[in-house]
Amino acid sequence: MTFIMTTQKQQTIKLAVWTWSWVATLAIATFGPRFIWDDHQLLTVLAILTNLANGVMMIIANRKYFNIMDELQRKIHLESLAITLGLAVVVGLSFSLLDQTNLITFDAEIGFLVGFIGITYLITLFINRSRYL
Amino acid sequence: MEGNLKNHIKVWRAKNDMTQADLAKAIGSSRQAVHAIEKGKYVPSTLLALKIARVFDTSVEKVFQIADDL
Repeated sequence: MTFIMTTQKQQTIKLAVWTWSWVATLAIATFGPRFIWDDHQLLTVLAILTNLANGVMMIIANRKYFNIMDELQRKIHLESLAITLGLAVVVGLSFSLLDQTNLITFDAEIGFLVGFIGITYLITLFINRSRYL
Repeated sequence: MEGNLKNHIKVWRAKNDMTQADLAKAIGSSRQAVHAIEKGKYVPSTLLALKIARVFDTSVEKVFQIADDL
């Protein structure tokens, strides 16, 4: 295994750890007030701040993950991110309009958009990888 | 397919008895990137092109050429 591959593996693990940590703290901040600490305001603020700090660490880990990639991998990821961002804005606003005009029976929750971003990123990454590799 | 850049990496690799993995290691990139460059699917940055030429101890122009020039 080359030095680059080892470093990439390390950064991937770090990114995975921070991402799971962020998801876990998000779940705690979301459900904690109702199910664990009975709407205690200070604990809720602390849970949200912990989640925010985890989010920042996740972004830093993601940046390091990008920096260790070779230029082709970076290009593949950046193209995928650009398409995902464009689609998220366009589809997200259309979805919001559907909710505002009551054309859909449920609320346009942010969770739908996050899920859409994740799936779109995966698909575009797969397509771009098959284009170049 | 990217740009109109032709390359002779395969020839230079053969001359230097190198595999794609060897070249990738020498330039600090991945084997997949070398494969994509060799197949013309990806146009490398100036820095990477210079690194490739340096590994073969030649000039960039002898490894990469604009398709119309050929």
